[in-house]
Amino acid sequence: MNDFLAARSQMAISLGFHIIYSCIGMVMPVFMAISHYKWIKTSEPVYKNITQAWSKGVAIFFATGAVSGTILSFELGLLWPKFMEHAGPIFGMPFSLEGVAFFIEAIALGFFLYGWNRFNKWFHWITGIMVGVSGIASGILVVSANSWMNSPAGFDYINGQYLNIDPIKAMFNGSWFSEALHMTIAAFSATGFAVAGIHALMIARKQNVLFHTKAFKIAIVFGAIAAILQPLSGDISAKNAAEKQPAKLAAMEAYFHTQPYSPLTIGGIPDTIHKKVNYGIEIPGLLSFLVYDNFKQPVKGLDTIPIKNQPPIAVTHIAFEIMIAIGSTMMLVGILYFIAIWKKRSWLSKKWFLNLFILSTPFGFIAVEAGWTVTEVGRQPWIIQGVMRTSEAVTPMPGIQYSFYLFTAVYLILSIAVVFLLSRQIKMVPELYDRKTEPELT
Amino acid sequence: MIFVVTAFLFSAIVLYFLLGGADFGAGIIELFTSQKNKQNTRQTSYHAIGPIWEANHMWLIIAVVIMFVGFPVVYSTMCTYLHIPMLIMLLGITARGTAFAFRNYDAIKGAHTQKIYNRVFVYSSFVTPLFLGIIAGSAVSRQIDLHATSFLDAYIFSWLNYFSVAVGLFTVALSGYLAAIYLIGEADNEHDVRRFILKARIMNIFAVVFGGLVFLASEVENIHLARWIFGNPVSLTAVIAASVSLAASWILINKGKRKIIRIGAGFQVTMILLAVGYMHWPYLLMVKGGQNLSLFAYQAPEKTITDLGLGLLIGSLLILPSLFYLYYSFQKNR
Ligand code: HDD
Ligand code: HEM
Ligand code: HEM
Repeated sequence: MNDFLAARSQMAISLGFHIIYSCIGMVMPVFMAISHYKWIKTSEPVYKNITQAWSKGVAIFFATGAVSGTILSFELGLLWPKFMEHAGPIFGMPFSLEGVAFFIEAIALGFFLYGWNRFNKWFHWITGIMVGVSGIASGILVVSANSWMNSPAGFDYINGQYLNIDPIKAMFNGSWFSEALHMTIAAFSATGFAVAGIHALMIARKQNVLFHTKAFKIAIVFGAIAAILQPLSGDISAKNAAEKQPAKLAAMEAYFHTQPYSPLTIGGIPDTIHKKVNYGIEIPGLLSFLVYDNFKQPVKGLDTIPIKNQPPIAVTHIAFEIMIAIGSTMMLVGILYFIAIWKKRSWLSKKWFLNLFILSTPFGFIAVEAGWTVTEVGRQPWIIQGVMRTSEAVTPMPGIQYSFYLFTAVYLILSIAVVFLLSRQIKMVPELYDRKTEPELT
Repeated sequence: MIFVVTAFLFSAIVLYFLLGGADFGAGIIELFTSQKNKQNTRQTSYHAIGPIWEANHMWLIIAVVIMFVGFPVVYSTMCTYLHIPMLIMLLGITARGTAFAFRNYDAIKGAHTQKIYNRVFVYSSFVTPLFLGIIAGSAVSRQIDLHATSFLDAYIFSWLNYFSVAVGLFTVALSGYLAAIYLIGEADNEHDVRRFILKARIMNIFAVVFGGLVFLASEVENIHLARWIFGNPVSLTAVIAASVSLAASWILINKGKRKIIRIGAGFQVTMILLAVGYMHWPYLLMVKGGQNLSLFAYQAPEKTITDLGLGLLIGSLLILPSLFYLYYSFQKNR
């Protein structure tokens, strides 16, 4: 493995790891706040139990998210020093604000986790809300930094110099809204489905049914609404990519030849040598329609882009297909849930219905990973679209593959540890939270 | 605005040193605690640092962000030549943070798993400040060679030298000292108070010894720290202030003046950082051949510095009051 590939892989694995924790860090505080609110309002112990059980899980996730985020802030410089040297002053604004948001999040989390029975209950509740609000704010900010890499703004690039820098313009670059919207919704749908799936499993096993039913409901309402909105926001993202990064869009769709009534290809394996897609289904005109709202206008194909500026097509296309397939499935499952609660309440306790959610547990997170693969791999060979190549940004230090192996091992161990700890949390639910006559704490 | 930004950078570094240091120190103290008292130490530090450790570590992030937004060339040079110690420090931060959370939030407190978490926690608490100190030492040691051609010269000897390692050990001792002082105020029985006082004394002695080692090593490496520090009035004053406060806390520690010795310890470390910082000002990174990267010469463009300064000012209005309230609320004997 050469150093360049190792650096890219290390970045990818670090981000791929961190993104799971960030999604949970953004969304779980919201779920907890809802359950916490219900407890304060109804005094039903089950809601307090849910809040506390969740908050223990979140503490584990939060610590892992925080350390992996710390690794990332250093990795940007360790792996891509030339990139940071030029980009730092331009796209640094969201990172500095993100630092503020994290700080508030960490403070609020301290109050929330250790504040049971210490503070006024509403103050305690508000600190939980603050964890969620600042988590979501930091997610939006960091995605805005990433969107700047996709559609650079806020500077003039003249003769290799970065002039007239304006960090605020850079922050509100052309892609920030579509990316931030899509990511925030993704965090809700992925976390919502994952949490709901785990509780559905426990319901199906008939363990602590009351506890798990209430928890399931809070999670799935958010997950289902987000899953239904996701394709709509994805459409905005795709239109934006067509405008800002035609090469990325063409690679996503494995669309080789520019033509009117541009077809949308579903599935298939791109063959870059013969410039065609094998085993795919083509729907003529649909791509034109999705991008331009009319069936005729030709979309720019890969033939308009020099080979040396093209991203890896197969990876981008397949990752995109995975995201779409999962997105459509999750939307359907989400719709089914609403049908169930409005018209067919009997479904709610049916085995097949629960199985559907159990099966969907990992879907959102797979789609999140796939979506980021589309965004990042689809930007290649650029680290800053059209301005700086990734190969120009990489550190001169040799031997990066060893650090890649090391970090891969670290992330592997951490993942195993987190899964292990989480399963122990769930195992302990009956003992900790299911006593009928729980001593009331005030 | 550049002064606002550099002031924030300096404060973030000092605060990380104090608060993060005390945090690591808790692990160092645990490492050097006899088996029968370990459980007590653990309990005390869990209550003392549990609610605040995450916030304490944010100062590091703030410092890094200020570096890469405001002083990108300095940052990228450090990241390139000090890649390896930074990597080790990151592994340390990761191991420590997760082990601390895992051992408190594992739903089943099994003896075997707890033992693993404890091991990881104490060793990483030792390694991380060691490498933080090494990085800080290397930044000013003039051992970074921008024209190095071999791997060893460029990426190893830039940080593996007597001076940097001595600074690393000094940092470890100071962290332990800060933690012991902090824990004195958090202990809930007389026995523990005695223990932490003894620990503070031992750490203090170590700090003095390693501090001497730093001076010695600087002579070996031709850095002439002594001449620098004693040659400029501000650093000299700061060093004297630190020594006086050290002597004072040595006496006061037995009198049970918890607030005063806490402030004294913080003051002492701040003075040490001030002495070093002033001596190098405005050079954050000093490299071989006398070329120094000045914060002023290598600052980001005007507009960036202005926006960054404003962001930090507004951010601190939000952060500082809530942070103080956090510390206040979770103090034991408030
Ligand atoms: C739960 C996760 C999830 C689901 C179900 C979907 N997406 Fe997505 N998608 C993401 C999670 C995601 C993501 C991980 O959050 C990305 C990566 C970067 C970003 O902003 O969002 C993303 C990126 C992304 C991009 C690239 C944007 C860019 O790089 O500029 C496009 C075009 C789409 N998505 C489109 C869709 C469509 C049409 C979907 C319809 C089914 C869809 N996504 C479902
Ligand atoms: C603000 C957010 C982000 C920033 C600043 C960022 C930055 C980078 C950088 C500097 C690289 C290396 C250069 C390159 O190969 O393009 C990279 C690569 C990559 N990142 Fe991101 N990234 C961000 C978000 C994410 C997230 C959340 C993921 C989640 C999975 C991700 C996935 C990847 C992948 C898969 C690569 C490797 C691309 C390849 O194979 O070439 N990125 N990113
Ligand atoms: C280059 C990319 C990234 C960097 C440098 C980065 C940096 C960090 C840092 C330093 C932390 C620790 C904060 C703490 O201690 O509270 C963190 C946590 C977090 N990050 Fe990232 N991050 C990146 C990508 C992302 C992305 C793409 C998202 C979301 C979309 C995200 C969302 C979060 C959230 C929500 C947390 C809070 C931790 C938690 O609740 O578990 N980050 N990140």
